[in-house]
Amino acid sequence: MFIFILKRIGIAIPTLLVLIVFSFVIMKSAPGGPFTSERPLPAQVLLNLEIKYGLDKPYHEQLINYVVDIVTKFDFGPSFRYKDRSVNDIIAQGFPITLTYGIWSFVLAVSVGVSLGIVAAIKHNSWIDYTAVGFSISAQVLPNFVMAPILVIIFTLTLGWLPGGGWNGGQWQYLVMPVIALSTSYMASIARITRSSMLEVLNSNFIRTAKAKGLSNTQIIFKHALKPALLPVITYLGPAFVGMITGSVVIDMYFSTGGIGQMFVSSALNRDYSVIMGITILMGFLTIMFNLVVDILYAWIDPKIRY
Amino acid sequence: MVFKSKKIAKMADNMAAQGMGKSHSLWSDARRRFFKNKAAVVSLIILSLIIIFAFAAPYFTPWNNEEIDWAILGSVAQDGKPSFTTKHYFGADPLGRDLFARVAQGSQISLMVGIIGAGIAVIVGTLYGAIAGYFGGRLDNIMMRLVDILMSIPYMFVLILLLVVFGRSIEMLFVGLGLISWLDMSRIVRGQTMVLRNKEFIEAAIAGGLNRFTIITRHIIPNLLGIVIVYASLLVPLMILTESFISFLGLGVQEPNTSWGALISEGAGQVLYGTLWQLGFPLFFFVTALFSFFFIGDGLRDALDPKDR
Repeated sequence: MFIFILKRIGIAIPTLLVLIVFSFVIMKSAPGGPFTSERPLPAQVLLNLEIKYGLDKPYHEQLINYVVDIVTKFDFGPSFRYKDRSVNDIIAQGFPITLTYGIWSFVLAVSVGVSLGIVAAIKHNSWIDYTAVGFSISAQVLPNFVMAPILVIIFTLTLGWLPGGGWNGGQWQYLVMPVIALSTSYMASIARITRSSMLEVLNSNFIRTAKAKGLSNTQIIFKHALKPALLPVITYLGPAFVGMITGSVVIDMYFSTGGIGQMFVSSALNRDYSVIMGITILMGFLTIMFNLVVDILYAWIDPKIRY
Repeated sequence: MVFKSKKIAKMADNMAAQGMGKSHSLWSDARRRFFKNKAAVVSLIILSLIIIFAFAAPYFTPWNNEEIDWAILGSVAQDGKPSFTTKHYFGADPLGRDLFARVAQGSQISLMVGIIGAGIAVIVGTLYGAIAGYFGGRLDNIMMRLVDILMSIPYMFVLILLLVVFGRSIEMLFVGLGLISWLDMSRIVRGQTMVLRNKEFIEAAIAGGLNRFTIITRHIIPNLLGIVIVYASLLVPLMILTESFISFLGLGVQEPNTSWGALISEGAGQVLYGTLWQLGFPLFFFVTALFSFFFIGDGLRDALDPKDR
């Protein structure tokens, strides 16, 4: 187990380095420097600016400095657009918001998805089952950027129950639509996966044995069937997490929640390279860490799994 | 003996009459199974209609996708409604451009993105996976580690980074989609290749003195076609989704061109002004097309995937 974790970390670190180097190379190959503007700066001023930001050094040195700063000081450097703010400031401002509705969405998607899937499997071929299947098929074509405007039409325009956007310190009214929009398609996928794996498990021999022993249905489902049935769901958590992180960009854009995605897109449109890079690396780091945890969790639950 | 052979001849006649004697190839079998699947067939028809609409619609409207109707500009919310008198069949967009023409043009782009994106995935993924799976050993190890690493990168952010740095254009979008779309394909193909590699006909090909590249292209890849087609058909909607996502953020297709995602974004931004048709029409095409693709993919999987037989 210990060796497995070490091995897995041994893959995670190079992955992160590849991401950093890759985004660094892309950024450096961008036409025009960060200080290129309509009115060209005098050469001396440009040189001073470059010295201040360390851009006069050769590329490999810049890269090493960048990585070292991130690893040792968790410092992503200054923003190139907002002279008085660092990338850290920008991330610190937006990240808590993203995290708040991100966690809610994740919890909602997993809990509702898993329960729906289990109920659908237990009541196989009943109306609950058909509803769950219909829901999971239709949610495939309802990604977050489709759900968001539909929710606004329903809850803001027609019913007038919820505000159409904003954050306002994270009051629940402002939280409802982002969370639903972000979680729906993943909830559906989790329900579908749970349902099919639960059906498979319920038809297997050891469940028949448990029934023959005279165990109650509750005991069979919660003590015997649930754990093996959830294995495929755990593998899906990684992709779902990535999808939600990416989806947060749409949520922030559409609901103006002020999270990290809004900053990502605005800096993308402003060509604020250091912010784009900082957010990309941060998201990459989160993704890789999450996948690491999921893999370890998986290996812990199912000892057969070793790569 | 004589009467026996008569009996056999009769039996053969019967079989021929029932069409049992006819040999069924894998493909004719698959075709039969596919056309038995009602959802898939209906989806195929609907999708064909959407494709016809995308390419034929521009000939049925006096407007094109760039032209601004100055008569309604400024009062789009009132005068820009879908109507036959103004010849804006789907209404007008916030800038007074005809939505019918724009939806048609957007459909062309979105469908093209889906098909070309999946095409790149098929070519690169199949070759990569087949080479890794066939050679095995250290080469396989290195190639698949690379895929693992690329897969655990949040690609949407990298894709946006690429678009920002190298300019927001549809060509760059294709490059970006091409970079990431083949990863899953290569894994699936590799797994299947490792199964095929140990089959007798490959052994025969090796004994026959074929070189390894010929074995891969002539013997391995044709046997992978079924699974590749199934997976490619499921990739098309995913590509369309990805492109729509990027275009929704305003980072994909650029004006005057448009796509489903860009149109949905435009319509979604106007929702609060009550111009629901601007969201409704693109959304309808997007959702219907994706549904059709998923059902066709499902039908193809049932028809071609050997696991479910």
